[in-house]
Amino acid sequence: MAQSFRETLKSGKFVVTSEIGPPKGTNIEKMCHHIEILKDKVDAINVTDHQSSVMRFPSIGGCLEIKERGGEPILQMTCRDRNQLALQADLLLAYVRGIRNVLCLTGDAVPVGDHKQAKGVFELDSVQLIRTIKQMEAGTDLGGNKLDGEIKFCIGAIVTPEAKPIEPQLIKFEKKVEAGAEFIQTQAIYDLDNFKKFMGYARQFQVKILAGIVLLVSARMAKFMNDNVPGIFVPQNLIDELASVPKEGALKKGIEIAGRMIAQIKTDSICDGVHIMAIGKEEVVPDILAAAGLSNRIES
Amino acid sequence: MKSITRQKPTEEIEQQLKGMERVYIIGCGTCATMTKTGGREEVLNMKERLQGLGKMVTGWSVIPTACDEMTEASLKEISGTIKSADCILVMSCAVGTQKIGSYIAKPVIPAVDTLFIGVEDGVGCFHEVCAQCGKCVLGYTAAICPITACHKGLLNGPCGGTNNGKCEIDKERDCAWTLIYQRLKEQGRLNLMKKYQPIRNSQVMPRPRIVKIS
Repeated sequence: MAQSFRETLKSGKFVVTSEIGPPKGTNIEKMCHHIEILKDKVDAINVTDHQSSVMRFPSIGGCLEIKERGGEPILQMTCRDRNQLALQADLLLAYVRGIRNVLCLTGDAVPVGDHKQAKGVFELDSVQLIRTIKQMEAGTDLGGNKLDGEIKFCIGAIVTPEAKPIEPQLIKFEKKVEAGAEFIQTQAIYDLDNFKKFMGYARQFQVKILAGIVLLVSARMAKFMNDNVPGIFVPQNLIDELASVPKEGALKKGIEIAGRMIAQIKTDSICDGVHIMAIGKEEVVPDILAAAGLSNRIES
Repeated sequence: MKSITRQKPTEEIEQQLKGMERVYIIGCGTCATMTKTGGREEVLNMKERLQGLGKMVTGWSVIPTACDEMTEASLKEISGTIKSADCILVMSCAVGTQKIGSYIAKPVIPAVDTLFIGVEDGVGCFHEVCAQCGKCVLGYTAAICPITACHKGLLNGPCGGTNNGKCEIDKERDCAWTLIYQRLKEQGRLNLMKKYQPIRNSQVMPRPRIVKIS
């Protein structure tokens, strides 16, 4: 049997995770294709949970498809859509079906998504969700009642190292680690010097840090993210680099940039691994890994 | 503190008044007057709009404070004119509308939507400061309410959607947790933000909430 993700984290190797986004609808062909591409190339695959508050096929459904294909899923779980009962019930289902990793998130706000009149639940926040899992692992639900059967997860959370101001984010980061987060996947980072500063601080905690790598596919996308995505800052030199190549070469350039960053993170041992987000271009993740010099990493 | 209201679209008011031709309009002299949604001027404007829709306005009045006990007496005074109406169109907050509905046997129709309990922050600018959640956390949050001022009502610090002190849903809105952080820092009380806040009790008092003072 393949190594569990927790064992991989503990092994000390350079960890690589990636993620897939489930479809809007029942046609899961493309998602399954992405799973096939990624499952033997990365250590675990996140499945997003109605990312950007856009209703989709559920994260847990995507995780089950990964399991069936022999991959290692990370269940993304937001607090936006479920109250205490629903969150705990989904965790029970996930465990019974062999899902062992959960990424605890607050979740995007409802008005940014495609169901603008929906109720945002947010009964729990990400820190409380981590604590909920720990409480369930200890044998009781949030009502204080005994659970029949064991439950155990490798718990992850996120942090935004580029946020301004950074200190409130760091306070929350510490609360997540204290609550029981074993790994952290960061929001996209592009400025490695700034990220090194964050790591200088984060190293004091017993938690594995995977740097978020979002594939840049054009200078326009980079500028758009700078203007619209909280906590993402693409430096001008990278935007210029993307703009310097013809339009049809931009994706290749983006792959090169992502590969270069990953290689540097690994060579300089900046953190424990990377989380690659290709956002719709999952089929090029193997190319990113190749550009980083990390091909065939699972087999090796 | 005021009950902040917004007038419903004319089409919705018309829909509610379907089949009722004779309308009596009641405004409120307190909150709805201050928010310009149900004061004298707005009531007279509504009268014209209803007449434009072919309705007969049998009369109108502005009750001093529609949610108050005195409303019963005010309604008695105007009971003669109300009698000939098919319904009452109320331009006060939902509290006043319910109060009026409890005294009158006729259909009572709201002309406004009640948005929140707010304070006036600068002339004509109202904002929500308390969600009346029943379990006050202001002692830990530098007297800024995260249940109300944070879009997600988070208790343990900001989400990842905050950007330069602004909120994910609107670049014009402040991130409550950035404000809380800044104030706690100024007060040398950041340790309060580092403290874990447990899951909020959503059933402090199951709805409908009732308090009886013995």
